[in-house]
Amino acid sequence: MALEAKNIYFRYDRKQPWILEDCSVRVEKGERLAIFAPSGYGKTTLAMLLAGYLEPAKGQILLDEKPLPKRGICPVQLIYQHPEKAINPRWRLKRVLEESGQLREDVLDAFGIERAWLDRFPRELSGGELQRFCVARALMSGAEYIICDEISTMMDVITQAQIWNVVLKEAGKRNMGIIAVTHNKHLAERIATRTIDLSI
Amino acid sequence: MEQKKETLLEIHDLSVSFRMYDHGLEQKDLKAISDLHLTVHSGEIVAIAGSSGSGKSLLASAILDILPDNATVQGHMHYKGQELTRERQKQLRGTKIALVPQSVAYLDPLMKIGPQADGHYKPKPTEKRRKLFERFQLPEHTEKLYPFQLSGGMARRVLVSTALITDAELIIADEPTPGMSLEQALEALRMFREMADEGKAVILITHDMDLAFEFADRVAVFYAGTTVETALASDFKTGPEALRHPYSKALWKALPQNGFEPIPGFQPYAGSLPKGCLFAPRCPYKTEQCEKQVPPVREIRGGEVRCYHGA
Repeated sequence: MALEAKNIYFRYDRKQPWILEDCSVRVEKGERLAIFAPSGYGKTTLAMLLAGYLEPAKGQILLDEKPLPKRGICPVQLIYQHPEKAINPRWRLKRVLEESGQLREDVLDAFGIERAWLDRFPRELSGGELQRFCVARALMSGAEYIICDEISTMMDVITQAQIWNVVLKEAGKRNMGIIAVTHNKHLAERIATRTIDLSI
Repeated sequence: MEQKKETLLEIHDLSVSFRMYDHGLEQKDLKAISDLHLTVHSGEIVAIAGSSGSGKSLLASAILDILPDNATVQGHMHYKGQELTRERQKQLRGTKIALVPQSVAYLDPLMKIGPQADGHYKPKPTEKRRKLFERFQLPEHTEKLYPFQLSGGMARRVLVSTALITDAELIIADEPTPGMSLEQALEALRMFREMADEGKAVILITHDMDLAFEFADRVAVFYAGTTVETALASDFKTGPEALRHPYSKALWKALPQNGFEPIPGFQPYAGSLPKGCLFAPRCPYKTEQCEKQVPPVREIRGGEVRCYHGA
């Protein structure tokens, strides 16, 4: 049981150099992997490839030795760095959550989502509050793996600790695999069972 | 440090509110910053830390008078002992007070990086700019690129250069380091430190608290649009026992290297601020008094704190 990128190559345009060249990453179920790399290395690109938003030019993304399913909710869910760009600005937040399944009271409580927020529009909440919705909808979908692309970089440290504690608790309960992209070594030590540095 | 430095910027009881539509044509004022105090001396770096949405960037805009039209500013701001009026702000911004904007979207998308970083100054500071780019490890051809061709980290370094190029006495750097590698972030902060040591001053708005403690002289902690504590950076290095406000202690304890323990609850929304102390709903030490009245600023052990119980 693992999510794996096997010798993948990727570039955005044929005229441009490879962004990822022969890149391989593997995370087991229940494992938490933190990825470091310098700015401009292609961390976000790798995250999008793993979650199935992009297709590699060469190589494969494998979930339990099979390609990612093309239909239904993807068992690999991506959480972005900027929640305000990942939520439909014209939907009330209730609708955002309902898109990924039935609203459950216990989920709202676990993520510290206040009931009053559900009737608001995304621009009426702060980044930290919105990020809770992004994490909640990713976990509600029944995902087996989540990819966290610098999900707490733009947040203050209290919000960061709140969000990560919820993610770690849920992931532990459901034995999920996590890949976290981050710049912060201290944070990586806290959240991950293993870290890799792609630049080496 | 050795002696009392000259006060460069002094902000007293600053409030910023926004006129907004409520129901139909009714309007209401949303108070985003209330009763804020901040003093910056020449020769120092003051870091501003605190929760997202606590008004850190708004303060920068208020100092430079670049707030949107529906904003009202109240209170007093003094620059070098003289009241900061609108005309004075217009004169000073870009020459004596420079901003490192928070968003890389502040770069003009239709202008090449070189001329854009040089700005309107005469004579053109091209030589100085090239040296800065070199220190920031920006390749020589960067000046010929357009902003969309830069990575996030490169754009940040260009933004920081645009402020360092001026002869400003005060730089307000709003989140200058995200996206930079640690080495580049350190270089940027080292340059700010050099500036401060030359007698200038820097206001450093940041979430990156480790870096703030390392390079700043003092740290101002913001919560829900006001300063709850101003302390020496060394107090933050010492730990929660040296800090005065429960929110600053909570920030320290939430750092990944110090426990990673968050306090429950959320910062109040600007439309529904509590009547008394803004932190009271989340505070473990609150009493009746805290819920009734906003605590005044008190001086304790060389720092300023807005709390009845701070010790």
